[in-house]
Parts: sequence; structure tokens; C-alpha cells
Amino acid sequence: MAELNINERQAGDVTVLDMSGKITIGEGSVALRTAIRRLLEEGKKRILLNLAGVGYIDSSGIGELVSSYTAIGKEGGQLKLLNLTQKLQDLLTITKLLTVFDVYDSEADALNSFK
Amino acid sequence: MTLETTELSLPSRIDTVAAAAAAVAEFIGRSGVSEDAAFGIDLAVREAVTNAVFHGNRQDEEKAVEITLKSSPDAVEISVHDQGAGFNPEEVPDPTAQENILKASGRGIFFMRSFMDEVDWLIRPGGGTTVRMLKRR
Repeated sequence: MAELNINERQAGDVTVLDMSGKITIGEGSVALRTAIRRLLEEGKKRILLNLAGVGYIDSSGIGELVSSYTAIGKEGGQLKLLNLTQKLQDLLTITKLLTVFDVYDSEADALNSFK
Repeated sequence: MTLETTELSLPSRIDTVAAAAAAVAEFIGRSGVSEDAAFGIDLAVREAVTNAVFHGNRQDEEKAVEITLKSSPDAVEISVHDQGAGFNPEEVPDPTAQENILKASGRGIFFMRSFMDEVDWLIRPGGGTTVRMLKRR
């Protein structure tokens, strides 16, 4: 099984990536980078990452979230995060990234925030 | 008093990160630490081994990453040794400083220091670098 599974779906003009597994150095980080690059190439710039199934992330994975955020921002788009696990929330808190990312517990609220 | 010691020598490849983490998980599972401590140790080990493979040994498979695990009634101690040129840990930028928050890298040592009770480096010119990390029970 892949380290990180990513399922893509469309909710209006927002692309939701339901992710499960690990975002760690190597396969997991590369899978996220590849998915974000492909969406940008397709002109999909409103992206919601549903991280409910991501139980583990390392500094490489955190770095990939930051890279995704800045890459999408440069294209005039928005990246938002949904359903952080407690561990991921803790890591984003100590790195002060929780103040950078727009984070939601409710998908409906997250989707409305793009409007 | 050290009750148990395990030594590993692994190649400088990306899959060594997961292999080291699995070995450490098995070791600390035997020595009994809390779930939160286990999470922190796992993350710190992954970061230390990542640094050893990529920054220390620069993925040169001729060079090994050596890991020593020690368990005592008071603490778990993990040392990761590489054959790199070394660095000054005091010169590593603070990833939580405003100008660094949006950088894609540079959080590994910060995580090691955040989740372990002691982290220090022994750097021998020409002799590689050892990072020693201790988690008290």
C-alpha cells in the first residue's frame, strides 16, 4: 500500500484532496507535491486538504505543506486545511504555522470560506 | 545503569529512515514508554536519521549510519552517528522566527529539541558527527 493515499473530488470550484497515511520524507512528500503541481497545471487553484486520515507527518511533510501553500498562493489560489489530527495540530502550533494556514473542522465551513 | 543496548548499522539510503524508526519503535516498545513519548522519540529519530543520511553522509551508500539505543530505568538514550563533515547546531536558523516560518525546510533539529529532553552533538573533524538524544521516563 502506498505511504500516502490521495483521493480527489470536486465540491463546486474547490478541489478537495482526501488524504490518508503518512506525509514523510520520500514517497509521502513526493505524492503531495505531485498532486498539487498537477492541480495547478489543470488550473485548479482552490484546494482543500482533508487531513483526517493523516496520522503522521515529519519535518519534510510539514515543509511540503508550506511549499504547497506558497506555490498555490503565487498562482493566485488558496490552500486550506481540514480535519487536522491532534498530533498534526500540535506540530503546526509549535512551528507557528497554525497562524499561517487557514484551518477548519467542518468541511461546509471550509468550502464556504473560499467564496 | 543501562539495562539494554542495541546497535544498528544502516546504509545511507532514504529507506533507512523508516527502517531506523521501526527498530526504535520495537526497542522502546520493549522498554515501555508512554504513547506521547513514543511519538516524540519516533519523530526525533526520523529527523536525526534523515539528517545523517542526507546532510551527513549525502546518501553515499559506502557510508553507514550507526545508531545506538540504550534503555535504563530513568531514560531512553538514542545516538545517531554519521561520517559527515559536521556542522554548528548553534548556527541553524530558528524555524519559528518570522522570516523563516514559510521556509520549506529547517525544522528537523527544532523537532528533535522539542520532543527530547536532551539533544547534543559531538563533532569530530574528519571523524563524523554523533547526535545524542535523551528522553527521561
